[in-house]
Parts: sequence; structure tokens; C-alpha cells
Amino acid sequence: MQLALFCAFSILTLLFAAGVVFLRNPVSSAMCLVMSFIGLAALFVTLDAYFIAVVQVLVYAGAVMVLFLFIIMLLDLRAEKQRSVKLAAWVGGGIVIGGFVSCLAKVLASLPALQATKPPLLQPDINDVAAIGETLFRNYNLPFQIIGVLLLVSTIGVVVLSRKELK
Amino acid sequence: MPTLAHYLLVSGLLFSLGLAGVLLRRNILVIFMGLELMLNAANLSLVSFSRFNLMEGLPNYNAQVFVFFIITVAAAEVAVGLAIIVALFRAKQTIHVEDLDTLKF
Repeated sequence: MQLALFCAFSILTLLFAAGVVFLRNPVSSAMCLVMSFIGLAALFVTLDAYFIAVVQVLVYAGAVMVLFLFIIMLLDLRAEKQRSVKLAAWVGGGIVIGGFVSCLAKVLASLPALQATKPPLLQPDINDVAAIGETLFRNYNLPFQIIGVLLLVSTIGVVVLSRKELK
Repeated sequence: MPTLAHYLLVSGLLFSLGLAGVLLRRNILVIFMGLELMLNAANLSLVSFSRFNLMEGLPNYNAQVFVFFIITVAAAEVAVGLAIIVALFRAKQTIHVEDLDTLKF
């Protein structure tokens, strides 16, 4: 049952990720990316990371992708016209990616520590929001404040970058 | 039962799909989406390591805090990157990376 669910969600995620890369229309790519993020959130739930799954849906699928779609609509893009497809580029890219995946599969098969199944948790329903909150605010308080400053700086930067030139 | 190797393989495949998008597509927005796929592949990797290496019977929450920070930084990066793309579009009226060649050697 767990294996079936894992396979279903991972195939969903990977199929839609492939759709992002190989579809011509940028709006279709953005929609496929949303579905891919939702599949990924489901994978996080299978790993008992409920807070991260909800944050993924809220922030990535809910805010980041909406921003992407706003910009695609703003720029009013059409589907890519077929420019000359450089076969050499695609073959080279395929070789690089095939090499990477084959090396990864070889390493994953060779390490016995990675063949272990999920170890059982102490209690089946953990309150991971509380645990992440404690870890975040006790051990990582300074990086948390710095992230706040980063968000402020990026907001100001977006406003500055999007200003129209004053003639 | 899915093992850690299964999750890492999915993460690797997702990363390579994002890499393919960045290397092979010429629409700058789709390149940006490939970047987001790569970040999410790293997030999946981190969360699966957090679950499989238990600390006192609970997942290792340091990795999940790391994922929280990665998601936050990615959101800020997307905002700034899209503002740059909009400014670029206003200047050049194109989103094809092949048309951006004023800095070419």
C-alpha cells in the first residue's frame, strides 16, 4: 500500500516535471509545475513531514506559481514558435542527464545503508509543527531573523527593479 | 516499502529534469521553472534524509528547518528574478535567451 502510493505520487511528480520541460506553451509548463509541486507535497506527507508539505503547497504552489502566472500573463507570451531545433544541443543535454542518472543509480544501489526501509517513529502521530518551531526558534533563531531581513530586502528590490523610467 | 534509495532516485530524476529544462529550453521563464524544480529536488532529498535518520525516535528536524529556509529563499529569489525578467522584457521586448547577446564575447 505504501509502495503503491509512493509510486503513484512519484510518477505523477516526474511526469508533470517532464511536462514542464517538454511542453511548448509556457502557461502549460506553469500548470504542470503546480501539479508537480502538489505531487511533491504528497511525497512529503508519505515521509511524515506534514508541516513541510503544507508549507510547500501554500508557498510554492500557492504564491510562487501564482507570481509566475501573473508574469506570464503580463508579458503576454505566445507559444514558442519552432526555431531551428539544434539537434546537437539536445543530444548533448541527453548525454549529460543520462550520465548523471546512471551514476546516481549506481551509487544508490551500492550503499547498503540506503536500502533500509523507514524506521518506525516513537509515536505514530507526531506534532511536527511544534518540533520544527522549537528547533527553529531555539537553535536557528539568528538565521530566522536574517531570513526576515532577506525578505524585506527582496521586496524593496522588486519595487526598485520594476519602476518605470521617469523621463 | 519504499526505501531511502527510492526517494533519492526520485529526487535525482527531478533534479535532472530541472537541469534539462535549464540547459535545453530557450524561454527564460521555463528556464526559471527548471531552477525551481532543482530546488524542490534538493528539498525532497533533505526531507527523506530527515525521516530515515531518526534522532531519539523522531525525525531529524534540522533538515526540515533547512527545507523551510530553502523554500523561503526560493520565494524571494523568484520575486527578484521575475522583476528582472520584466525589466528585461521592457528593454528588449523578448524572452528568448538567444536574443540577449549584448554581453557576448
